[in-house]
Amino acid sequence: MDLFGRVLGRGSERSKNVAKERLRLVLVHDRTSISPQLLEALKEDMLKVISNYMDIDRRGTEVTINSDDKSVALTANIPINKINRISI
Amino acid sequence: MGEVIVITSGKGGVGKTTTTANIGTALASMGYKVVMMDTDIGLRNLDVVLGLENRIVYDLVDVAQGNCRLRQALIKDKRFEHLVLLPAAQTKDKSAVSPEQMKELTEKLKEEYDYVIIDCPAGIEQGFKNAIAGAERAIVVTTPEVAAVRDADRIVGLLEAAELRNPQLVINRIRPDMVKKGDMMDINDMIDILAIELAGVVPEDEHIVVSTNRGEPAVLDANSLAGQAYRNIAKRITGEQVPLISLETSNGIMGKLRKLLGFKA
Repeated sequence: MDLFGRVLGRGSERSKNVAKERLRLVLVHDRTSISPQLLEALKEDMLKVISNYMDIDRRGTEVTINSDDKSVALTANIPINKINRISI
Repeated sequence: MGEVIVITSGKGGVGKTTTTANIGTALASMGYKVVMMDTDIGLRNLDVVLGLENRIVYDLVDVAQGNCRLRQALIKDKRFEHLVLLPAAQTKDKSAVSPEQMKELTEKLKEEYDYVIIDCPAGIEQGFKNAIAGAERAIVVTTPEVAAVRDADRIVGLLEAAELRNPQLVINRIRPDMVKKGDMMDINDMIDILAIELAGVVPEDEHIVVSTNRGEPAVLDANSLAGQAYRNIAKRITGEQVPLISLETSNGIMGKLRKLLGFKA
């Protein structure tokens, strides 16, 4: 950082704001850390329900938690083999 | 029937033991019957902070394993008659006691004491589980650092999972000068992030070093700012209304902090 900027109190962000931002990000991550077992159980339950309605590719199915800076999302990629004819 | 309060933090070195000693002593000075329990088996320190290290005969593990009666292990404080310490064992490890035994012990203690204050070890393993087993209330201690607040957040989650809801926060070792310059997180930053109620804020204070050297809690030192802060926290624990931040009327962080500490603006 240049001396001029420092004298004027500009140029670099105050360390408190850096700390806050780092803390926010690390907590987004910590709070959404779900165990692989739990994710696997969730996937199994989802597959069970969806199988009632369509023929899906169980092996090709992926369930993941994705988080970026602002949000957290549960993403499921479930390939469909065939949709059953249902009368409802 | 008394109340069982655990002092915890996750991260080590943020001031759990100092907080336990000061809150316990302050409550005793207000006339309550208080027992402080050190659950840091293998790394006991509460005895030293209280200046009672030379009086230990029996400890927590002796009580749990039936080597002595509970009363024999309780060490009377030098200053207050109704203040006692149940020290941790120094030569065993955390597995020497179970959460069930801790629960039984706190049940017994709260029959006789108004407050059972538990000093929890750092970490989230067995020692933490033991410390919170019999607790009805929790106070989470943190300092204005990323690592300490992060661990506090984790602890709040674990406390909730153990049905210890609404823990309160003590922000320790805050430096108003650095907060003012924007080089330290302020009280609101931390409350916003952790989303829990504030029990109090303790400023960094050299008196703490001196009082720890002497084995005399800072609440007994009328000149210690930290001691004043701990006295206010103790009052809040008993339900007394000691003013917290009032954002609208405070002028700057110094004013806020002075108010928080109970000084007149």
